[in-house]
Amino acid sequence: MDVEGSSVKGYHPLDKYLRTDRLPHIWCPGCGLGINLGSIMRAIDRRVREGSLKRENIVFVTGIGCSARTSFYVNFDAAHTLHGRAVAFATGAKLAKPGLEMIIIGGDGDIAGIGGNHLIHAAKRNMDLIVVMITNFVYAMTGGQMAPTTPRGLYTTTTPYGNPEPPLNAVKLISSLNPNYVARASVTHPPLIEQFMYRALGMKGFRFIEVLSTCPEIFGRHIGLRDPVTLYNTLRSKVVVKQNPNVEESELDWEKGFVLGEYIMRDNPSYLEILGRR
Amino acid sequence: MRRVFISGNTAIAEGAIAAGMRFYAGYPITPASDIMEYLAEKLPEVGGVMMQFEDEIASINAVVGASWAGVKSMTATSGPGFSLMVEALGLAIITETPLVVVNVMRAGPSTGVPTKSSQSDVLQVRNGPHGDYVIPVLAPWSVQEAFDMTVKAFNISESLRTPVVLLSDSVIAHLWEAAILREPGEIEVVNRKKPTVPPDEYLPYRPDDDLIPPMACFGEGYNVIVESLTHDERGYYKQDVNTYRRLVNRLCNKILNRIDQVFDVEGYYINDSKYIVVSYGSTARAALAAVRALRNSGVKAGLLRLKTLWPLKVGVIREYCRHADKVFVAENNVGKVVYDIERIVKNGEVLSLPLLNLDVPTPDDIVEGIREWM
Repeated sequence: MDVEGSSVKGYHPLDKYLRTDRLPHIWCPGCGLGINLGSIMRAIDRRVREGSLKRENIVFVTGIGCSARTSFYVNFDAAHTLHGRAVAFATGAKLAKPGLEMIIIGGDGDIAGIGGNHLIHAAKRNMDLIVVMITNFVYAMTGGQMAPTTPRGLYTTTTPYGNPEPPLNAVKLISSLNPNYVARASVTHPPLIEQFMYRALGMKGFRFIEVLSTCPEIFGRHIGLRDPVTLYNTLRSKVVVKQNPNVEESELDWEKGFVLGEYIMRDNPSYLEILGRR
Repeated sequence: MRRVFISGNTAIAEGAIAAGMRFYAGYPITPASDIMEYLAEKLPEVGGVMMQFEDEIASINAVVGASWAGVKSMTATSGPGFSLMVEALGLAIITETPLVVVNVMRAGPSTGVPTKSSQSDVLQVRNGPHGDYVIPVLAPWSVQEAFDMTVKAFNISESLRTPVVLLSDSVIAHLWEAAILREPGEIEVVNRKKPTVPPDEYLPYRPDDDLIPPMACFGEGYNVIVESLTHDERGYYKQDVNTYRRLVNRLCNKILNRIDQVFDVEGYYINDSKYIVVSYGSTARAALAAVRALRNSGVKAGLLRLKTLWPLKVGVIREYCRHADKVFVAENNVGKVVYDIERIVKNGEVLSLPLLNLDVPTPDDIVEGIREWM
C-alpha cells in the first residue's frame, strides 16, 4: 500500500507523536488498536506536558502482529522486532541505558503466547518496563487461529472441532509474580486506558496493562458478531469497572464478563533499583 | 599491557572488555559458562552489566536491544544455545546491529557431548538464519588469539554494523596459556559511525558511500526505527522488489567490499610445499605439529590456517595452494570447510580429513591421513 503523499500533518493535536506520513494505518474498521494508541498518546502527552517524562527517552518496542504495528505509527524511537521477543529486547535496552522509558505493546499471542516465558521472567524480576497486552481473543494477522485467550469451545481456523483449551488469564498470571502494577482496561472505555497508562508512566518496576479489544473482522466472525458496532456493544455490556478489584475476580470469561480496574499497585524495589542503576 | 596465564574463555571476556563491551547477556551452557561467570564479576567494576536471562533467545534479543541503546554488547553460548539464537541473529543482520556472538563449539547434534570438543558448527554459524546475508566468522587457535580476535570481532561489528561470530571450541575455551592483554590505548578500538545530520534530516538506513548507515541510538532524539521487516532508507516496510534487492545486496556488499578488514590467513612452509594442510581453530594446532613431523621425515608439507571462516577470500586461498599437488582439509567434523576449498582450489587435488574426534585431534591422526593419500 503506497501511503506517500497522504500526509495529514497538523490536523490533530497528537500528530506530533505520530508518523503521519505512514497513515492511513493498516488496522481494519472496528479494530480497537487505534483507540488504544490514541489513549496511550494522550497519557504520554500529559506526562510530557507536566514535565515528568522526556519525549526523547520514550522507546516503543513491539514484536509481531496487528498490535505490534503500533511501532510503525509512533514518532518516537521505535523497534519492530521478532515475534514474542519485545520484552527481552526492551530489557536489554533498559539495562544498557536506564534513562529510557520502555513501552512494549503486543497482542496476547505475541506477549503471552510465544513470548510468555519472557513475560513471566520480566514480571518476576520487577523489570522496569511497561507492557501493554492487547487481548483480542484470536490470532488476527495470520487469519483467525486459536490464541492464548480464545474462549473454550470457540471454532477458529485451527480449532474446527471447538477450542479444547481454557483462555489464559494474564492478569492472574502476572499478579502471582512480582510486578508493581497490574491493570485491565478495555477499548470500550478509552479514558481508563489513558488513566492506567498515565499511572504506569509515573511508576517504576514491571507494569502490566491488559487491554481488551475488538477484532470484528476475525474474532467477530468466529463468535458471530461480525458487525463492528455489535461486537463493541457486546464487549461493552460485558465489562464491569471496579475500584481495587481482587485478582480472584479477574477471570477472562465471555459468559461471566470481565472486571476492569487496577489489580495491583505497589512500590516494591525495581530490578534497576536493586542493581543500583536507576 | 599485562602478561597473564589464563584460559581461552577468560581471554574472550578480557578482549570484550578491552574492546569496550559493557553489556553481556547469557544463559549457562557448557563449555561457555565461565565467560559469563567471569564477566558477572568484572563488568560491574567497569560500569557494565552482566545479565543472566531465562534462555538464549532472551539473551541475544536483549543484546540487540542494548546495542540499540548505544552500548557494545555480547553473548556467548554453545551449539544448542546458538540454535536458539539463530532467529535473533537474523534480526541483528537486517537491523544492522553491531554485536558479537561467541559460539564455543561442543559435539552435536542436539545435546551431543557437552564437555567435549568439535568443529561441527562451522556452517551453521554462517548459514543459520533464514534469508540472504553475510556474517563474518572468526576462529581463534590460541588463548592469545582469543583475546585479539574478540577485539577484532567488536571492531568489525562496529565499523560494518553487523553481528560477528567468534567461533571458539571446547579445547580453546579451557586451554590455559600465557597471553598478553592490552589496554584500550594499546589496541585499536573502533566505535560505530554516528549521524552528522540533524534529526529531521536523518534516515536510519541511508548508507554513506561505504554502504554503512550512520547509527543513531535510543534516547538521542533521532526517532530511530529498528525494523525487522524489509525496509527502505527511512526504515519503512516495503514489499517491492527494488527495495528488497537494494537492501539485501547492500547487507552483503557492505561486508564483501571490505573483506580485507575481515579476512585473514596464516601460512607455514607454503613456498615449496607439495602437500598443503588447510585447517583452523584448535585442530590447526595439531595440523601444524603434523606438518612439522612430515617435514622432519622429508615430506614437503605446509599449513594454511584460516583465521577467518567466513567470508573467504577466494584469490588469497587459491594463491596459497597454487603449487601444491594435494590439499588436505583437516577439520574436527565430517568435512565441511572442505567444500569451500574444493570450490576454490583449481590446480591440485583436494582431499578431506574428517577427524571427528571428541578430544583434540592428534598430529598422528593427521599424519596418517596424509600418508594414506600421498
